[in-house]
Amino acid sequence: MQHDEVIWQVIRHKHCSFMSKISTGIFCRNPYNVTGICNRSSCPLANSRYATIRDHDGVFYLYMKTIERAHKPNDLWERVKLPRNYEKALEVIDKHLMYWPKLLVHKIKQRLTKMTQMRIRMRKLALKTREKIMTTPRKEKKREARREEKAEKAAVLDKTIEKELLARLENGIYDGIYNLPFNKFIETLDTDELQAEDENEEESEVEYVEGNFELEEEDDIEDMGMKNYHISNDEVADDDDDEEVNAVEVRRRSKSEKDEPGKRLKKKPRIHVEVEHEDGAEMQKATF
Amino acid sequence: MGGKRKKGESEGMEGDNDSKNNNKKMKQKSEMLPSSIKNKEKRSAVHAKLKHQKKLEKRKKLKARDASEKRALELGEEPAPKQIPRTIENTREADETVCMPDDEELFVGNDADEFSSILKRDRIPKILITTCRFNSTRGPAFIAELLSVIPNAHYYKRGTYDLKKIVEYANNKEFTSIIVVHTNRREPDALLIIGLPDGPTAHFKLSSLVLRKDIKNHGNPTGHMPELVLNNFTTRLGHRIGRLIQALFPQDPNFRGRRVVTFHNQRDFIFFRHHRYIFETKESKQSDSKGKKAKDAKGDSIAKEKVVARLQECGPRFTLKLVSLQHGTFDTKGGEYEWVHKPEMDTSRRRFFL
Repeated sequence: MQHDEVIWQVIRHKHCSFMSKISTGIFCRNPYNVTGICNRSSCPLANSRYATIRDHDGVFYLYMKTIERAHKPNDLWERVKLPRNYEKALEVIDKHLMYWPKLLVHKIKQRLTKMTQMRIRMRKLALKTREKIMTTPRKEKKREARREEKAEKAAVLDKTIEKELLARLENGIYDGIYNLPFNKFIETLDTDELQAEDENEEESEVEYVEGNFELEEEDDIEDMGMKNYHISNDEVADDDDDEEVNAVEVRRRSKSEKDEPGKRLKKKPRIHVEVEHEDGAEMQKATF
Repeated sequence: MGGKRKKGESEGMEGDNDSKNNNKKMKQKSEMLPSSIKNKEKRSAVHAKLKHQKKLEKRKKLKARDASEKRALELGEEPAPKQIPRTIENTREADETVCMPDDEELFVGNDADEFSSILKRDRIPKILITTCRFNSTRGPAFIAELLSVIPNAHYYKRGTYDLKKIVEYANNKEFTSIIVVHTNRREPDALLIIGLPDGPTAHFKLSSLVLRKDIKNHGNPTGHMPELVLNNFTTRLGHRIGRLIQALFPQDPNFRGRRVVTFHNQRDFIFFRHHRYIFETKESKQSDSKGKKAKDAKGDSIAKEKVVARLQECGPRFTLKLVSLQHGTFDTKGGEYEWVHKPEMDTSRRRFFL
């Protein structure tokens, strides 16, 4: 009944439904195959004395078949559960396959090693979180892009942000910090200059000739402005110094002014000229 | 010009819909529908004729309306009120969760939520920024700009760590939020914002990213604390997202820096912009420079000046769209979702959730 040689002849040269010929070789799909290769020694059908290892949900079983049970396909395979420990599993294999061909035992042990490694790897991977790869539905993407574009147009972002900022400004969130006071500062400077301009017209020519020292000049302009205030009598005092000064002081100053520039003169001789012009300015005012 | 006229037409159409419908019905009774004519040549001719008539009618109506308006102005009467164009915003489907400013429940809820400790300045926001596993080209550039936008943000390399491990680590280091930039095909395409220690996890789709160097005339931000503009976060969900975003930024903006970060929600798209701004006074058209001088000479400074804000864009520009909001920190398997975007939510274009 069981003729291994005949079966092998049929399998190899006629037809076997487990055989798969691919470019790298001829393989076997039979789950009982030890090596997975289609040849005489590892064919589970053509060998009446055969053993293998199979995996049932992470538990390994040693499967053995002998020719004595060949007529009872129901319990053809004898199954032994292998312990989880690799060493102990090897011992069990040795015990059960004591008198079996050495080649088969060797192959089974190789398979056990491979499968243990695989089991370890599987458990590791199962613990690891993996990124889920999602599809990107083209239709939805396009629709979203379209709606986004329209929403952006409807948002009028720059305008809304500007409006929001202005609302905040009005609510006084930026009080005392803001740069508007800076503009006011420039305005006050402007007004000062405007008032000073009347006298500056002549002086400016002189400045082209002489002036490099910006700081000094600024001081002068301030002085001029001050004088102007006092002569035009009781304008609203904007300059910092003005509040202290009285009309009396001014007169005293105007007398003593010639002394003060004299002190400056010792430091920098240039200023002497400017002082003369200030006098000239005074003259002008007198004519006014 | 064309644009203007179009607008006018659409306005006109709304008002006169009824009469037009009547006309149509009359016509349909008297004439045959062009689609019922079998001969193609004939059909197209009839159709063209109908279309032309419609156009003429529309023009006539427009003219009549303009004329009546003019007449009303001449007579000194009130012209008919201008029709307000229908937009998606003002025809939005009613949402019962839209927050009212006097919603007691909302305020109590705000006090109890995960961000209240940050927003009350008990905790200083500290942000951890990281990426997905595989990250290249635009991802790092985007992160560099995010770092310049969000103060007190720190970039950590992702390595091969699980996100849950990173959350744990960040908790130990007392970070207040984690931002994960997800890149796909070398382009950032998603943003995950996780509030810590037990704040929600929001997953956004990121699109239309423009980096600083690609923006024309961009400015460079200063190191000041930016101020935040959150626009249009109206519903409960929107409110929550707004607070989540708010908790990323310090609550004490330095107004001297004149730096503003905007999250503007429009139709569920959250537009991110980053600007520097300046307020300027601009004279209105009537007051010339001469007039101003005269005023100055008078000593009065009642100038007809308008304060305008000028903006300069700096920093990245991108759009977010909420995909899901999860209660608790990141957990895809056992996580409880507060809100998930589902395809059946897209069935109406007038339904918004933020």
